[in-house]
Amino acid sequence: MTEGPSRARTIRVEAIARVEGEGALDLHVRDGRVTRAHLDIFEPPRLFEALLRGRGFAEAPDITARICGICPVAYQMSAVHAMEDALGVTVEGQLRALRRMLYCGEWIESHALHVVMLHAPDFLGYPDAIQMASEHGEAVRRGLALKKVGNALMRLLGGREIHPVNVRVGGFYRAPTRGELAPMADELARARDLAVETARWVAKFPFPAFERDYEFVALRHAEEYPFNEGRIVSNRGLDIDPSEFDSEFEERHVAHSTALQSVLKRRGSYLVGPLARYSLNFDRLPAEVQALARECGLGPQCRNPFQSIVVRAIEVVYACEEARRLIAAYEEPEAASVPLTPRAGTGHACTEAPRGILYHTYTLADDGSIRSARIVPPTSQNQLSIEEDIRDVASAALDLADDALRDRCEQAIRNYDPCISCSCHFLRLSRHQE
Amino acid sequence: MTLVIGVGNPDRGDDGIGPLVARRIAECALPGVTALARSGDALALIEDWAGQESVVLVDAAMPNGRRPTPGRVHRIDLLAGPLPPGLALSSTHMLGVAEAVGLARALGMLPNRIVAYAIEGEKFEPGAGLSPAVAGALDEAVARVREEACALLAHPAEA
Repeated sequence: MTEGPSRARTIRVEAIARVEGEGALDLHVRDGRVTRAHLDIFEPPRLFEALLRGRGFAEAPDITARICGICPVAYQMSAVHAMEDALGVTVEGQLRALRRMLYCGEWIESHALHVVMLHAPDFLGYPDAIQMASEHGEAVRRGLALKKVGNALMRLLGGREIHPVNVRVGGFYRAPTRGELAPMADELARARDLAVETARWVAKFPFPAFERDYEFVALRHAEEYPFNEGRIVSNRGLDIDPSEFDSEFEERHVAHSTALQSVLKRRGSYLVGPLARYSLNFDRLPAEVQALARECGLGPQCRNPFQSIVVRAIEVVYACEEARRLIAAYEEPEAASVPLTPRAGTGHACTEAPRGILYHTYTLADDGSIRSARIVPPTSQNQLSIEEDIRDVASAALDLADDALRDRCEQAIRNYDPCISCSCHFLRLSRHQE
Repeated sequence: MTLVIGVGNPDRGDDGIGPLVARRIAECALPGVTALARSGDALALIEDWAGQESVVLVDAAMPNGRRPTPGRVHRIDLLAGPLPPGLALSSTHMLGVAEAVGLARALGMLPNRIVAYAIEGEKFEPGAGLSPAVAGALDEAVARVREEACALLAHPAEA
């Protein structure tokens, strides 16, 4: 940073290393006003949609799982549901329950990693989880234990925890026996207690007083807290079937990002992820989880993005509960998958990845080969919202010194758990005269 | 019991040396010695070595600030202190081996004995196999890791 005669300063974080996706922060301030807040994304285009063209419909879950090592289940779930929509098939009963259970595993491991290892150090003033561990060992051990249970559930249902191999269009390659699932129920009961302790721990963190009037967008189901099914709704009246995604949302190219930015056609930025899911579906949480949320200082809606860490912790509690409930009610299905007949058609699906809604649409030829594919991940939907958060967070914190201001902005980015691999701290700050 | 963990990605050139050594150790079927191949995710490593008496890690490495000598094998006693700053154990993403050791040390979750064998690599491109020099060091690495694993088994406290 430099303070020139016109009191201009620039804060640039060149490489947000170890985020899944290569990004940088570019903040310009002139005469006490933020003039630019860009999240530059320079990750090379990955071309998955083109890669899918010409492949068989059955390959989509395994190919798209490779998009992310942290949330492969989200990619698999959106892929299989979109394909089933195209093929006119609905997967119900215990196979549906197993998919929900698998998603619980992913939420647990992804959220536990972010809450404890990546985000908590921001609030407690440590540069990373390793240094935090020497004084908050118990909390870190809880986080590791939670992640382990999430991984174990994914391994049990998916064959392995990273890029699971047991998911197929129509169901699974193999369904677990009751006996195989039974020990998981005990582990999940213990995990639930650890998750409750984690929620109480993060609830005590100091949160900057900051709220924004977001348009929250999430799935909403008639009875359940959403994973794989529901309408796409918002707090400003949006209420559509996933097949209508393109009538309300569009992806735009912006010069500073290789990721497309998704916006609501008529209203611009919106927010997906834990804050939106929670605020639109609080009434779908079991009473005891609602009570815990209140005890942790949350109302039925949460507009402070810094409190997303508390919401994630609450969602971990819910995912442990829900997986346990599903295991208790589990009966082995007669077949691990439903039969499918290839046909021409278009299918759409939206599911709730840990970071928010993930939309897939595919068009198939008569033989079931993929003619076109489109994938809209949560982080591209949140990109504009992240930039608006940085702008407002920075505007309210301009009295901070550069290092502190940079830290606050980084923290605002990490509120989103922007698709990970992110370890903790990594940023270079370049200072120059504007 | 001694656990040998070969860390790396077999599809990233010389990074595949760790898993390859682990496979060769597994084929030896040494009594009391288990061998696993792992991607190197820090948290998974800590889970793997929880409750283990002694652990031998095998990983590819790049020297910091000098050209690599591909195939050169280093032995590092991880209980003796932090990893030498001149040598980076290569993780293609996420928290890697160095972070795993640091975190486990902070949490008191390191095994009683933990030794790393780091093999200098030169090429880590996707889809590439081992470079000739690293492939040429495979037998030496296997022999040294095998000897270490057996020594740890025989004298877990003072190996």
